[in-house]
Amino acid sequence: MSQYALLIDYKYCTGCHVCEVSCRKEHDIPLDEWGIKINEMGPKKLSNGEWIWDYVPVPSQLCDLCADRVAEGKKPRCVHHCLAACMELIPVEEAGAKLAEHGAKTVVYMQ
Amino acid sequence: MSERIIDCGDGTFKMRTCVWSPPGDHPVGCGMYLTVKDGKVVDVEGDPEHPITNGRLCVRCLTLPEYIYNDRRVIYPLKRDPKDRGKDKWERITWDEALDIIEERVNYIKENYGAEAIVAFQGTGREATLYKTPLAYAALGTPNSCFPMSGDSCYGPRCSVADFILGAGYPELDYAAYFPDRFDNPEWELPKYIVLWGKDPLFSNPDGFFGHAIIDLYKLGSKFIVIDPRVTWCAAHAEIHLQLRPGTDAALGLGLINVIINEDLYDHDFVENWCYGLEELKERADQYPLDKVEEITWVPAELIQKAARTLAANHPSSFMWGLAIDTNANGTQAGHCFLNIAALLGDLDVPGGVTLAVPASFMGKWRYECSKELPEGMLDKQITDNEQYKGFKAAHLIAHPDCILDTLETGEPYPLKMAWFYATNGIANTTNAQPKRWYNALMKMEFNVCQDTFMTPTAMGMCDLFLPVASAAEHDGMVLPHFGRNTHMVMAMNKCVEVGETKSDLEIDFLVGKRLNPKAWPWDNVSDFFTEQLHNGGVEKTFEDLREEGWFHMPFQYRKYEKGLLRPDGDVGFNTPTGLVELCSSLYEDWGEDPLPYYEENKLTPYARPDLMENYPLIMTTGGRETTSFHSEHRQIPSLRAIMPWPLVQINPETAKKYGIEDGDWVCIENPLSKAIEKAQVTEIVPPQVIHCQHGWWFPEQDGEAPNLYGVWKSNINSLIPHRAIGRIGFGAPFKNVACRIFKVDGLNALGTLSPDTEEGAIGTDPASFVSTPEQARAALYPNEKKQESVVVGGVECFPGLAEAPYELPGLVQWDAEKGAGFVNGHIYDPNTQWALDPETGTYFDAYTGYAYDAEASNLVDLETGKRYDLATREEIA
Repeated sequence: MSQYALLIDYKYCTGCHVCEVSCRKEHDIPLDEWGIKINEMGPKKLSNGEWIWDYVPVPSQLCDLCADRVAEGKKPRCVHHCLAACMELIPVEEAGAKLAEHGAKTVVYMQ
Repeated sequence: MSERIIDCGDGTFKMRTCVWSPPGDHPVGCGMYLTVKDGKVVDVEGDPEHPITNGRLCVRCLTLPEYIYNDRRVIYPLKRDPKDRGKDKWERITWDEALDIIEERVNYIKENYGAEAIVAFQGTGREATLYKTPLAYAALGTPNSCFPMSGDSCYGPRCSVADFILGAGYPELDYAAYFPDRFDNPEWELPKYIVLWGKDPLFSNPDGFFGHAIIDLYKLGSKFIVIDPRVTWCAAHAEIHLQLRPGTDAALGLGLINVIINEDLYDHDFVENWCYGLEELKERADQYPLDKVEEITWVPAELIQKAARTLAANHPSSFMWGLAIDTNANGTQAGHCFLNIAALLGDLDVPGGVTLAVPASFMGKWRYECSKELPEGMLDKQITDNEQYKGFKAAHLIAHPDCILDTLETGEPYPLKMAWFYATNGIANTTNAQPKRWYNALMKMEFNVCQDTFMTPTAMGMCDLFLPVASAAEHDGMVLPHFGRNTHMVMAMNKCVEVGETKSDLEIDFLVGKRLNPKAWPWDNVSDFFTEQLHNGGVEKTFEDLREEGWFHMPFQYRKYEKGLLRPDGDVGFNTPTGLVELCSSLYEDWGEDPLPYYEENKLTPYARPDLMENYPLIMTTGGRETTSFHSEHRQIPSLRAIMPWPLVQINPETAKKYGIEDGDWVCIENPLSKAIEKAQVTEIVPPQVIHCQHGWWFPEQDGEAPNLYGVWKSNINSLIPHRAIGRIGFGAPFKNVACRIFKVDGLNALGTLSPDTEEGAIGTDPASFVSTPEQARAALYPNEKKQESVVVGGVECFPGLAEAPYELPGLVQWDAEKGAGFVNGHIYDPNTQWALDPETGTYFDAYTGYAYDAEASNLVDLETGKRYDLATREEIA
């Protein structure tokens, strides 16, 4: 069985909270704990005149990449519902190629 | 295509549905499966086969079970004695009893006052948009169907302007929504640029548009040009951001038009063949040189020029216009500019441009025929200022909201006696522009009905009968994006479960209609009704077919104006009087409106009113949306409230520092009309002079009984919006541009929680009662009107003939209506100094005791007895 990782192309993440809520529902996580949490950079006007406003979802140790769903052939619940469709479950060995494909502002998490 | 029902064993099944409402949303029809176990919805999962949403769902649908099974939900009909309004003295009744009460009350009103004494209100977005007016016309028999937002400031103005200028339904971004193969369709092209004008679609999903389709296009390479006072997420990721001063959209539009025409950037072929009034428009735009536009709008001239040139060089580009066009008394003109720009650049109804449509006859025919159920002459009694608001009247078959409030307050031209709140928590949201005036006026009604899902401040405060409405999971429905005005797909909303005794809005229409006017309501069930509507729309399918298939696409062709597909007579061109896009309107002059766009300042900005600039230097804008709520809904959903626990006011760091406010502080927002309290979010996304305030807040966890009413008056930002400060032909109120000031307070309760009728609810202590009377509101809005009527006597401004003092009278001061001033022992009272004055001798008299002021001795003296009194304590000096 291939080992999986979670890729997030966060240049498209709009901070919609869908991953957080999807994860709570899937894993029955209480409101003051997190399976995945959105972190925010900005909104801030940089000294070069450009704006930075990025959201970066970060999974916690409560995230198991929805092993049960994946075993059934489904996507993790956050990936399934992500409004910006900027999350993807990938085989670990493809991480390098996928990062190159998605380009800047992409992260891959191992769980 | 996906399956309608998936059997999971154990009696558990998954049912496919495309959801509209409730809870509130626009008719997007997001596709999903609801898992039902033991008769309850236990899970929600997006349907990957849905052509638009592809399995994606926002947090409001993901938490649908928290809404359906919320312990604050009302799931049985309730009644309450009108004497107990504001008290939690509801009593559960049956539907039969509820219908008996309605029948008896409606007949009583009809016999004693006429059916026109009934007014039916609706909120925004929900299915009520389709089903409320038929209830009013074909069941209750009243012509007074009303969307109560001042100036009709939501969607209606844009649809009306599109109708006037293009003769078409709602112009929408071309996101390949009509094509089952979407972006792979060979006819479709990617918009090179997307203009987001006063719109943040990611979280508003406006009127049937799936907001994150914007991100789909962004990934494919579309770029953004954003016109918005705030740096929205899209603005932060835009090529060009025109960060204009709120409410100056028409000036900016004229600046863009000026560049497009004078630099010869327009599409000559399209303009010569399909547009009317280029010369007139050029003449008008010449009056808006870019230096003048920069001064009005704060947008640098070179950036306006760059935006116009970029759009002209990148065809096709697309345009989205948002609520900011509607919530602006100058919005009719801003909307005209927006359409003119899309037309000048040749981006109308071309691949990758702006899609046009003829409003579909799904529901439309039926809704129109419902108005024929009104008795002869009844429609003439509809409350709208027909002389002043001819444009509104030309576009709408409903009563005018601002005129309805005037009628509620004055009883003219006839008294209203009964109100029906159809999917609206009015005082928290839609009966807005000074909602406490609406509240006071509506408390005078003899009978009020509410149909909704939760006990709201509106229901608790004012209603006598509560009809429980079924959620999206509890009823069958048909989803029509853009309410039929540009409908790419028709979708089925499927009933999955039953909860209590709830019924859908349409089922309630049927029940009430069959009691009051059965001939207009012949259908045995909603399925038969929907099948008939499909047939009316030219679709030979049954509702059962639609349920089975889930959805179907509507046919679509580009460049309909070349093919005779926009006009009912089949001629080529646009369905306007000239048959062309009316860059210069051929209709407006007849309605007392300038045929060309112009810029005019809204009434209560610091720029329209320099006298306010010193005390109210900031501009308040409101109405921006959050993903966690639909206007006033969802405040009781735990997962959503955890994300957005309190109402936020966005303040620039520079401004926050100036007023000693830190992120997370509670802040009072005040203007000449009222006050509201919200929590500071210090952020650079608003310019220093602008603040943005969230709307629609109430606190379901708080005391629901009056006067608190779930805290509905505490953060009631609509209280700061003036009533009837709208555009000339009846559209657009200044929800996004009124003067205000801010200051730090101790907490949400800092100003009290109070009813307008209590002593504590007086000026300064109650957030919403600063202006509680129509007269005071008018005086605040039109200061010159007051000044013209006044005369100055002895240095004091007097208002001869005014029945009541326009200011507070302290102590012994008595108002003399004839002289128009207050007097103490015959001495005139000066509200500026708060002393009474003898103009002849120049002596001042204390307003509380009538004693004279002795400047030399610095105390008070009773001229009759000669006794002296302390200036501060007013106690006798021994």
